[in-house]
Amino acid sequence: MRILLDQFTKTFGATTVIDKMSLDIESGEMLALLGPSGCGKSTTLFAICGIHRMNGGRLLFGERDVTHLPSQMRNVGVVFQNYALYPHMNAFDNIAFPLMIRKMAKPEIERKVLAIAELVHIEGLLKRKPAQLSGGQQQRVALARALVREPDILLLDEPLANLDAKLRLEMRSEIRRIQQETGISAVLVTHDQVEAMSMADRIAIMDQGQIVQLAAPKDMYDEPVTDFVASFLGNPPIAFLQGTVEGKTIRLENSDIVLPLDAQAAKQGNGTPIRIGVRPEHFQPEHPVKISGKISFIEEQGREELFDVTLSNGMRLRSVQANGGAFRLGDEVSWGLAADKVLTFDPSGRRI
Amino acid sequence: MSSNFRSWPMTLLLGFLSLPIIVMMVYLFVDTVTDTTAGSLIPDRFTLEHWRFLFDAPQAGRSNIWSVTLNTFIFACSTSAIVVMTSLTSGYALSRLNMPYRRLLLGGVLTLHAFPTVTLIISIFLMLQMTGLYNSLLGVILVKTALELPLGIWVMKGFYDTVPWEIEMAGLTDGASRFTVWRRLVLPQVHPGLAALGLFSFLAAWSEYILPQVLAPDGASQVLATYLQNLIKDDRAPDFNMFKSVGLFYAMPVMIIYLIFNQKLMNIYGGGTKG
Ligand SMILES: Nc1ncnc2c1ncn2[C@@H]1O[C@H](COP(=O)(O)OP(=O)(O)OP(=O)(O)O)[C@@H](O)[C@H]1O
Ligand SMILES: [Mg+2]
Repeated sequence: MRILLDQFTKTFGATTVIDKMSLDIESGEMLALLGPSGCGKSTTLFAICGIHRMNGGRLLFGERDVTHLPSQMRNVGVVFQNYALYPHMNAFDNIAFPLMIRKMAKPEIERKVLAIAELVHIEGLLKRKPAQLSGGQQQRVALARALVREPDILLLDEPLANLDAKLRLEMRSEIRRIQQETGISAVLVTHDQVEAMSMADRIAIMDQGQIVQLAAPKDMYDEPVTDFVASFLGNPPIAFLQGTVEGKTIRLENSDIVLPLDAQAAKQGNGTPIRIGVRPEHFQPEHPVKISGKISFIEEQGREELFDVTLSNGMRLRSVQANGGAFRLGDEVSWGLAADKVLTFDPSGRRI
Repeated sequence: MSSNFRSWPMTLLLGFLSLPIIVMMVYLFVDTVTDTTAGSLIPDRFTLEHWRFLFDAPQAGRSNIWSVTLNTFIFACSTSAIVVMTSLTSGYALSRLNMPYRRLLLGGVLTLHAFPTVTLIISIFLMLQMTGLYNSLLGVILVKTALELPLGIWVMKGFYDTVPWEIEMAGLTDGASRFTVWRRLVLPQVHPGLAALGLFSFLAAWSEYILPQVLAPDGASQVLATYLQNLIKDDRAPDFNMFKSVGLFYAMPVMIIYLIFNQKLMNIYGGGTKG
């Protein structure tokens, strides 16, 4: 079902946490709300499920206006960060609870619970209490409970934050599989960009209660609209270099290093301060536009190596390379930029 | 207790320190079933006559022990029931509902708890007289309940505070009403507190002496504590052995409760266990 959040405003007392935010979730898509801590992700989620009252704006489920409907009547499934399973009930009763509230017949409940348990692979665990389940299993029970009554939308608040690294990887694809098999619209709240990139159809990046950019993961990675978005996506992160425009080039601060600019950026007048962003995969030994510096840090990551290269003016560039370059800490190197991949930003952080 | 900590020296020390209390308790029991010459420590003979109060018709001016016991039970049970029910609901309200003057209420409740009963007794006496509840069991129950409530509310609020918010949110989004959420999801998690509070207020009312003594001194609403006091009040030659027997009779339910429920009573100090 299509979910539309229109001019949503939320205030706590005198502070406005979210101001006139609009968000359109298409039917059957998984949308990730990505942003730093405190930017209002959970607040948005709680407004959609009806736990927080909205101070302004509308919320539509399909054609139905649910802005003023209480939580109970909205038909949303929520998976909370700490799962919020009911500790005194076993897994079966936990999953059956929303159906029992609906006064569904016993055999019907049993059938549905078993079906959903099969979908999330917990058939054998239904008799256990939450305390007797591992983190990943609790997560699956919570998912099953959210899905069992076929909600209009599935809301996931940092569903993987409490899992260890390996389990996180596994649940990432599990949640995605379940969401695609059920064809349900879902909102995934996360502050982990890898999670957002790998699970979502589209990502909405939030900052201080605003959506900065809404796009498919790949588009957002390649064409960020601000330096905030650029720095948020990608691991290891993008490196920024400050400088000023000089004709068709940029001269880096406190140095005589000049780098070519693309036509768009070069239109800025001489002396305009700008920033360029270079992703680690675009700073490689074989690329054409050379720039020299000293290797100041090496991180061994198994398949790849991560280098920090400090330039003569103290600025730092990052590079990720497949193993085997035989570079050492302290080596003077002259590596190149992929000039067409370099991103330029104006002083306010907007992409040029 | 771990294996590198030998327990017997501790046991010995504690046993030694508790000796005076143990001796007192042993004699309390021994004296109720024997006769002892004054000044001697060794009982002379076995007898059950000190327990005759259980079966004989009461002397003139005394109440029947069984009706007094019934009164005490009614007093303790009603107090406990009202305290539990009120704390259960108001504790939840104070813990979860965003109501006006919440802090003021919490502070007020705590202040009430700080007043010793004796300082209030005269005004309570006057109030009961005005409302016509003086000398009735109902009056004592109400007063005792009111005095026990502050602690009960705070204890229950503490237990509610340990239940995560998200459980209630999950319940709401699962379609349950606020009331259903409270009854089916929250209540089961505070039941250790509930049991402990019920027992505590029962015991507090059971052992209450001042309130019945001052507010309901007459025979019809007498409770065991005042009955006991009456035994030695006006007799020229008080029967201390019978006094001890009644005392033991009076203490029996308390001991039984402690034996059966000591685990639950510990909960109230632990402040909420999950499970
Ligand atoms: N009940 C509340 N009262 C006052 N302010 C609140 C309340 N809940 C949230 N806030 C504020 O609203 C802002 C957004 O909070 P929110 O919980 O939505 O952040 P978030 O994006 O989910 O962060 P995180 O990643 O840490 O969970 C924060 O600045 C927070 O302090
Ligand atoms: Mg949050």
